[in-house]
Amino acid sequence: MHILEKIGLALVIIALCIFTYSLNLGTYKLSPESLQISNEYHKKEVLQIATETELLNSVYSSKASFIRDFKNTLKKASAKLNEKPIPEGVSEWDFKLGDWTYKDYTMYTVKHSTKGLIVDYSWLFLFLTFGLGALGVLIHSIPKYLSLPGIKNNQIYQSAMTRGLTLSTRSIALSLTIVGVLVYGIFYLKGNFIWTLLTLLVMGLISYLVLYRDGEKANNPTRSASPTHLGWLGLLTGMYLIGFYVLLYWSPEYITNWMLICDPVSKSLSGNQASQWFVYGLLYTIVMLVMGVRMIGKYRHNRYQIIRTISVIFFQTAFAFIIPEILVRLNQPYYDFKNIWPLDYDFFFDWNLNTLMNSGGLGIFMLVWGIVLIVIGVPLITYFFGKRWYCSWVCGCGGLAETLGDPYRQLSDKSLRAWKFERYIIHGVMVFAVAMTGLVLFTYFTGSRNVLFLSSDTVRSWYGFLIGSAFAGVVGTGFYPLMGNRVWCRFGCPLAGYLGLVQRFKSRFRITTNGGQCISCGNCSTYCEMGIDVRAYAQRGQNIVRSSCVGCGVCAAVCPRGVLRLENGSADIENRTTELKTIHITEDQIRLLS
Amino acid sequence: MHIAIIGNGISGVTAARFIRKLSDHKITLISAETDYFFSRTALMYIYMGHMRFEDTQPYEPWFWKKNRIDLLRAYVEKVDTQNKQLHFAKGKPSISYDKLIIACGSKPNRFGWPGQYLDNVHGLYSYQDLEAMEKASAEGIKRAVIVGGGLIGIEMAEMFHARHIPVTFLVREGSYWNGVLPYEESQMINRHIIENHIDLRLKTELKEIVDDGTGKVKAITTNKGETIDCQFVGLTAGVSPNIKFLEGSGIETQRGILVNEYLETNIPDVYAIGDCSQHSNPKPGRRPIEAVWYTGRMMGETLAYTICGQRTAYDPGIWFNSAKFFDIEYQIYGTVLARAPENHQSIYWEHSDGRKAIRIVYDNKNGAILGFHLMGVRYRHEVCEKWLREQTHIEQVLQNLSLANFDPEFYKQYEQDLLTIYNQQSGKNLVLKKKRSWNQVFSFLKS
Repeated sequence: MHILEKIGLALVIIALCIFTYSLNLGTYKLSPESLQISNEYHKKEVLQIATETELLNSVYSSKASFIRDFKNTLKKASAKLNEKPIPEGVSEWDFKLGDWTYKDYTMYTVKHSTKGLIVDYSWLFLFLTFGLGALGVLIHSIPKYLSLPGIKNNQIYQSAMTRGLTLSTRSIALSLTIVGVLVYGIFYLKGNFIWTLLTLLVMGLISYLVLYRDGEKANNPTRSASPTHLGWLGLLTGMYLIGFYVLLYWSPEYITNWMLICDPVSKSLSGNQASQWFVYGLLYTIVMLVMGVRMIGKYRHNRYQIIRTISVIFFQTAFAFIIPEILVRLNQPYYDFKNIWPLDYDFFFDWNLNTLMNSGGLGIFMLVWGIVLIVIGVPLITYFFGKRWYCSWVCGCGGLAETLGDPYRQLSDKSLRAWKFERYIIHGVMVFAVAMTGLVLFTYFTGSRNVLFLSSDTVRSWYGFLIGSAFAGVVGTGFYPLMGNRVWCRFGCPLAGYLGLVQRFKSRFRITTNGGQCISCGNCSTYCEMGIDVRAYAQRGQNIVRSSCVGCGVCAAVCPRGVLRLENGSADIENRTTELKTIHITEDQIRLLS
Repeated sequence: MHIAIIGNGISGVTAARFIRKLSDHKITLISAETDYFFSRTALMYIYMGHMRFEDTQPYEPWFWKKNRIDLLRAYVEKVDTQNKQLHFAKGKPSISYDKLIIACGSKPNRFGWPGQYLDNVHGLYSYQDLEAMEKASAEGIKRAVIVGGGLIGIEMAEMFHARHIPVTFLVREGSYWNGVLPYEESQMINRHIIENHIDLRLKTELKEIVDDGTGKVKAITTNKGETIDCQFVGLTAGVSPNIKFLEGSGIETQRGILVNEYLETNIPDVYAIGDCSQHSNPKPGRRPIEAVWYTGRMMGETLAYTICGQRTAYDPGIWFNSAKFFDIEYQIYGTVLARAPENHQSIYWEHSDGRKAIRIVYDNKNGAILGFHLMGVRYRHEVCEKWLREQTHIEQVLQNLSLANFDPEFYKQYEQDLLTIYNQQSGKNLVLKKKRSWNQVFSFLKS
């Protein structure tokens, strides 16, 4: 390893340790000022209980105990308020302390009750975590700029970080995650276990369809995706990422110290204090930026990769991070102009529609823009350029996959079986997203919360939990080192499903192959993050037209014989997949059999 | 009908696949090397850690059963052409066949050097060669010496380089692969080898491989009297057909198995394809033995038609090939000779970074295009082939050269540079007629 790589790695590890340890720094003391409840009835009651239980002004050194005692206080206050009569002119919703308020009340109160180094030196901590980590990655990437330009995936399958998981370890990790999510889902829906059962049923159905109806059970042994030895560093990394997402989505009160670290940045951008989403946004953008610098270094002989990487970094930094914050500062709705339904699954939720429609001209523009993108933008641009215009040039999820996830792109499963699972799952999620949105809109327009036996509120919170958080985040990113960097994009993203249908059936895009030059080496398939067996097409001279192809162009970059080229053209749009360009033997001598 | 195929490389597998497409014959694919077909050309990537062995297998393991291609892991010791039987090593039961395809490939050349069978002296051809390289690397290689300046030699150099093992590269000629590459391209690769920190020794030959006393390599000596300490010696001075097991079978051989244009040997129902075959009447400009991936594939496909009742002559068409020298990709279409005859006129362009070059060769008598030679630039096979087949005039080629460009999007295009060179040489003032576009390519190919 190059000395700069060692230094960079050391810095990243130090930053990661400080970042993780900082969660545990400080003491916690509830005071009337640190209690973050704006509702007067709630605040008064909580203060009352907190005084009785001596929570108020007690100093805690353990965050967990503080959170436990505060949540108990909330529960008691809620019970007390329930017994009291509702004052005249006050709505029941404003007066009663419902459990949906617990999360925000707890999170912000914990944040403001924190005392210690992390509060006093937030800039220093920002530097020691985000700054040092970013610096480490940049230093680590310098050797890529010093070596000769060209494809260097040396030792990627010999490193414990990037070689992937053995089949058994991967199955265990995946099963545990799924079981964990589904069990937690029962608590998430407050004991409603129907949705967990229903999800299990659908998963069983898909497995049945793939394994038995499509005969994949018979296709044994299948193409292996296991390395010889377990990539244990990758496994640890994956577990860390999964833990991060679990806290971020479901227990943000435990990561308030990160919000404190980010407060100065947030205040200078939007004027507001940092929420968990600001922490995530800032981290996401910095990670994409520095890992993008690494990506450009790695592929610096390839202008397609350089320009594409700059594009995803730009859209993340400007559209997903800075512009929304500035909009908030200008008292406009928070809006990411490049996020498209159904990836942006809450676009048609009542609160979003109401916010946009009550925000004057700009709000209406945002609403129309969002709809135009869905109805005209997606099909039209995809017709011209394929789905790559979004998935590997614009999208934030795709951008993270192409930068942070680049070292793991080879871990995607290329078996036919995986492809079959992919088609059922991604289109299943797409149907779920459309149905969920349909129900939500039905409720929005009719005011009726129930359609037949389905409550649109439950459906949408299950979608948000299962797909929006668990699939897109916990599995989508947490599984980079376990199953490749595009698990979400390949198996889950409903927008990718939509773009893919357009790409498959009506698009000028395809990857052309170069006559007879293919040597079947398999670099293209190995480095296809979407698990497409590119070689299967290339070696018989067939164009590649696949709904999942995100057009990252890495297959063409790693090809040692110059066989693949991403191409747009309308001349043969209906016959993009024919084998017309194969050079086998002089074909006019023989009768071609289909 | 039972068709037995000896060898599960690209030739044998292509034959098997096309026989299955065309017929319901029973097919047995025999190999002593591996259970499943893998891409020999990708062995280097396994060692470098770019890929796993499984990734080099183009077909999933279930493919063979589904297509009813029986796989047999066995070493053929004897072919009994009289009784149409194959006898295997290690007492495996013999099998009989109706038609036999020999596609057993080749083996690295060993030219009688002292010590050439010592431990840690290997070519790079088979999966077992890769295993030997891995084993030697695990034991520790402080320096590797590679003998033979061809395509495999430079691949082996890249492999060790990827693992930070110092390499000394002995090349007999005065410049790398200069029997095939024209002067400028050969010089370019010399420079590139050196900038990858390979110890390149031109005009140097192996004299002896020295034993360390335990049967392993300790050092080598060269014809210049130098001794180089090393723990591994790569022998990459070409390959020759691996046909020793055919002695006494009655199948006529010289260097390879002699076949006619229908890939038939002297014995009825016995055919030979790929590296191991030697063509009695090769097409003009072609060598009798071409140990190339593409020709193996073409022979396999051609023979499948013959075997399935549609006797088809082997016609490899216009020569093409490709390779990669460290980071420099190489493609050739048509005829580009290291030592050009008088009528072969070149237009040669080289990028200022010294890692890209394009050479277009034409006949200065009638202006017909003869060949394309590309370093670090990709051209489209079908377009080049069509020009070559139709003997298109060089000026027409140059003016439409963008049709051939196969580099990824946003890459700089160099067609104008070539046209400018031609204009300077000829005093003409030609301009590029077309931009690179798939629609243009498509209508050109259909025209």
